[in-house]
Amino acid sequence: MDVVTLSQLQFAATAMFHWIFVPLTLGLSILTAWMETRYVTTGDETWLRMTKFWGKLFLINFALGVVTGLTMEFQFGMNWSEYSRYVGDIFGAPLAIEATLAFFLESVFIGVWIFGWNKISKKAHLTSIWLASVATNVSALIILLANAWMQKPVGYVLRNNRAEMNDFLAVLTNPYGWIKFTHTLLSGYALAAFLIMGVSAWHLLRGNEIDFFKRSFRLAAVWAFVASIGVGLTGDFHAVEIARTQPSKFAAMESQWETKRGVGMNLLLLPDPVRECNAFEQICIPNALSMLAFHDPNAEIKGLKEFPKDLRPLVTPTFFSFRMMVGLGTLMILASLAAIFLSRRQGLENQRVFLTIMVCAIPAPYLAEQFGWLVAELGRQPWIVYGVLKTADAVSKSISATQVALSLLGFTVLYGLLGAIDIFLLVKYAKKGPDKDLSAIINVQGRA
Amino acid sequence: MDVSVFQIIWFVLWGVLWAAYFMLDGFVLGTGFLSVFLAKNDTEKRVLINTVGPVWDGNEVWLVTAGGATFAAFPTTYALMFSNLYSALLLLLFALIVRGVSFEFRGKLESTTWKKAWDVAICISSFLPALLFGVAFGNIFKGIPMRNDFAAVNFAYDGTLIGLLNPYGLITGVLFVMLFAVHGSIYAAIKTTGDLSKRSADLANKLWLPLLVVAVLFLGYTYPATRLYDNFFKTPLLLVIPVIAVASLIMIKVFAAINEYYKAFTFSCLTIVFVVFTGVAGLFPNLIPSNIDPASNLTIYNSSSSLLTLQIMTVVALICVPTVIAYKIWVYRIFRARVSNEDVLGSPEAY
Repeated sequence: MDVVTLSQLQFAATAMFHWIFVPLTLGLSILTAWMETRYVTTGDETWLRMTKFWGKLFLINFALGVVTGLTMEFQFGMNWSEYSRYVGDIFGAPLAIEATLAFFLESVFIGVWIFGWNKISKKAHLTSIWLASVATNVSALIILLANAWMQKPVGYVLRNNRAEMNDFLAVLTNPYGWIKFTHTLLSGYALAAFLIMGVSAWHLLRGNEIDFFKRSFRLAAVWAFVASIGVGLTGDFHAVEIARTQPSKFAAMESQWETKRGVGMNLLLLPDPVRECNAFEQICIPNALSMLAFHDPNAEIKGLKEFPKDLRPLVTPTFFSFRMMVGLGTLMILASLAAIFLSRRQGLENQRVFLTIMVCAIPAPYLAEQFGWLVAELGRQPWIVYGVLKTADAVSKSISATQVALSLLGFTVLYGLLGAIDIFLLVKYAKKGPDKDLSAIINVQGRA
Repeated sequence: MDVSVFQIIWFVLWGVLWAAYFMLDGFVLGTGFLSVFLAKNDTEKRVLINTVGPVWDGNEVWLVTAGGATFAAFPTTYALMFSNLYSALLLLLFALIVRGVSFEFRGKLESTTWKKAWDVAICISSFLPALLFGVAFGNIFKGIPMRNDFAAVNFAYDGTLIGLLNPYGLITGVLFVMLFAVHGSIYAAIKTTGDLSKRSADLANKLWLPLLVVAVLFLGYTYPATRLYDNFFKTPLLLVIPVIAVASLIMIKVFAAINEYYKAFTFSCLTIVFVVFTGVAGLFPNLIPSNIDPASNLTIYNSSSSLLTLQIMTVVALICVPTVIAYKIWVYRIFRARVSNEDVLGSPEAY
């Protein structure tokens, strides 16, 4: 394999691994902050125990999110130096802003939150988790605005052998970025809520801490439902934006080969990239694709054949990733609807089938997140900056295939090991359940 | 204002960010690789880890910021620095990854084997960055074998990982290790109690002389190995910077000898900052020189962002950096107390 392919594989592997941990951080930080808020306002100790228990899982997960994020910053320069040089005038700024504005706030106040239980007042402690949590969300906004610039470049001119920024406001207000941000953020909230429901269901099935886990489940069910619906709605806006700005990605997501008006959507479909058509199409909803893409039943959809072969993304994986993401998202809406309904009635702990399903559903949002990343980034190919710079031209010139093969091997081994340990610890502490006695903290906090 | 004004502002900020990072992560790395020698049992290991527990992550962000600032202000330097030094930075990255998780993971299982394994991991993953940062900066001071044609957008690099391990690179690596060792042991002395504190203080005193020797060797070897001194000969006023560095280094020992370890720590902070400033002042206007072709030097003029980007980043830095410093000072005040054995044994939150 050549340097480009190996570097792409390495970027995908490290980004997707990073993306196992970040969505949970986004969602669980807010949920933990919410639980602690309830504790501080009501004084109810169950909320404190919930804060501590879910907060511990948050921290085990957080550690790996932080360190794997470092890789991402290094890699732009290490493997994609021509990209970094070419677009650094625009892309570097958000990265630096993310560090100064968000990462400092996040990491400093996480430290205060972990170690400050008996050193600062209840309100100051609560403020620290909110600051950390807001900072985490802000960092997601900034990095997604940077990513959005790669998808839909705005506010730049090509000058001095590179892309230079000429309108910072346009980069900050890029609609593509804001839609992507809300879509991604809500997906993180949904993922965290499904994790809480799944772990709670596991304990409810065993009759552990019924009140504690029912309350956790009820809270998470509402978050999961609202977030999942939000993910669907923003996903719809996102698809419209993609159809408008990245027609080749949209065509690949839907495996649409011919340019037509009033296009329907086939529920069952199998792409055949060699013959440039679909090998199999069944159950067509008339005009649905035109509706989805432009909210107009007669709108024209550009087909893949509109683009030269070397400017098309890989159709089959883009298409299946998109279908899987949408399918899992739909199941999540249904599951969270059922969760709201059942958790508000008596006897949630006796709904054994439903609880078992919810335990098994923990991986669903994780998979949806990964497929979402694949749609976004595979669909953008062969461009690294859509329409401006090709991935093949963006790679570092001074590195060899052997170097990248070795580093990819190194990442695989190291990440494999750390990922296994992290998941092992998450499962262990999730199964262990909440601590019984928190009197030490409450007493000391009372004095502070 | 002219673009060169902003290029100079960002050169200074670039130096400040690296100096702040080495000053702050220096004691975390130092305490980290010394912990296997300083701590006699598991409780003492935990004490040492917990002295850096609340702050290590925030300190590491200075590195992310230094990297981000290089990317934003000098994208061509960022691109060539990271790709040319690919293998060295990869090792550095792996070490920083392991160090970060080992703090979090170590205390999560009640198993001696598990904890011993993470102790080794903390030691190695703290030692490697100290050494590698030194080696990297030694090579940056010296210049790396690159041939850059900026007009034709053509960049070539002819170095290897082994090539970085030249004598000057290595001595700078050893200098960084010794600086962080003294810095870390003084930090441990002022942040722990009883016997552990005393042992840390003793170690700091013992390590000081070897540090001085390495520093003298480094300063001497810098003359034939690099062109750093050219700027100081041209503008003798700049000599203030290395003089402060050397004076601070001596003051560390002066105060350590009379058991004034808070003051000794202040001077070890100053030593690190002014060693970095000495190197950076000598580099100006280069960010990374080439040791085979002066026209290929990456300078603040040929590798910077556009005026608009530099202006925006200046505003961001003016607002954010003072704010960050303010709340970091607040946090260091909250956690100013020494960490004792009783503290970690009685706290379920501690690492």
